[in-house]
Amino acid sequence: MRLMSSLSAVFAAVLLLQVPLLAAKEAVPMAKDPVLEKIVNEIADELRCLVCQNQTIADSDADLAVDLKSQVRDMVREGKTQDEIIDYMVQRYGDFIRYRPPMKASTYLLWVGPFLLLFVGLTVLILNLRKRRLLTGEQDAALSPEESDRLTQLLKTEKEKNKS
Amino acid sequence: MRFLLPLGLFTVIVGFLWVGLSLNPSEVPSPFIGKPAPDFTLQQLHDPQKTFSNKDMLGKVWMFNVWASWCVACRQEHPLLVQLSRAQLFPVVGLNYKDERENALHWLREDGDPYVLSVVDKKGNIGIDYGVYGVPESFVIDKLGVIRHKVIGPLGPAELQDCVIPLVRELEKATAESPISDEVKKACA
Repeated sequence: MRLMSSLSAVFAAVLLLQVPLLAAKEAVPMAKDPVLEKIVNEIADELRCLVCQNQTIADSDADLAVDLKSQVRDMVREGKTQDEIIDYMVQRYGDFIRYRPPMKASTYLLWVGPFLLLFVGLTVLILNLRKRRLLTGEQDAALSPEESDRLTQLLKTEKEKNKS
Repeated sequence: MRFLLPLGLFTVIVGFLWVGLSLNPSEVPSPFIGKPAPDFTLQQLHDPQKTFSNKDMLGKVWMFNVWASWCVACRQEHPLLVQLSRAQLFPVVGLNYKDERENALHWLREDGDPYVLSVVDKKGNIGIDYGVYGVPESFVIDKLGVIRHKVIGPLGPAELQDCVIPLVRELEKATAESPISDEVKKACA
């Protein structure tokens, strides 16, 4: 039980860490055309800023991010689709510019790794719990006849002592 | 036996950290190596009446160096580029990236001009075409106009000596798109 509660504490901590990321999106300046800007921001959310690498270009105010955003805006105006625009960026900056890396042989571990770790963790947890249950189970086992005889005798002498 | 598992885990973690520390996370592998350099035709810095295109360099091995007067790291590599231009080993073309013309010309007057010419990329569009994300960057382009090597950040004397110069020598000798020798590949990796 203690393990479960510490696990849920970890999950809560992970959830809390996500909050600033979600909140940061609001700082994007809006241009004249809100519909266009919405599409631009959706695409910009998929692209990594290469200068400040843990931000998307939607989040970042770095010069290059602003340039890339205006490039995206121009391309949306020209009627390019999201896939076309992301392809254009990947051709120039490589897969690295995608905030969500593509599924590839070199990224399988990246995608599957967390689930693998979860699986290993759960297995260890279950094995440990089972082992513990076996140990405590032995201790709780019913008393043998000799043991219960001895117990009643001890209780008896205790009572007599109290009376006197 | 009891210590074997923790010790094993420890070794694996140390291994990962060791490799992780030796990687440079800010270095983005360029998707351009082995691909034709993106085409451009741009105004020249010294003479805005004239234009220059990357196609003008077909048949030559050259270096395309992205620079700006506002770029601090460019100052760091600048003396080396000036030295290189004195040795006249290969032509270096500059891409003056998102700069003011006055400032750019002033800098070249003060500190020397290592470029056969510089072209102006005022808005940084050509920079985007070349996947530039940090100035300075340098591209080694072969006779067929294919990008063969990219230096991110200031070019250092070691990289110039061990990688760029031997690479250019090999590319100059090569007739077609011949493979680079393992030695140079290793030095440039």
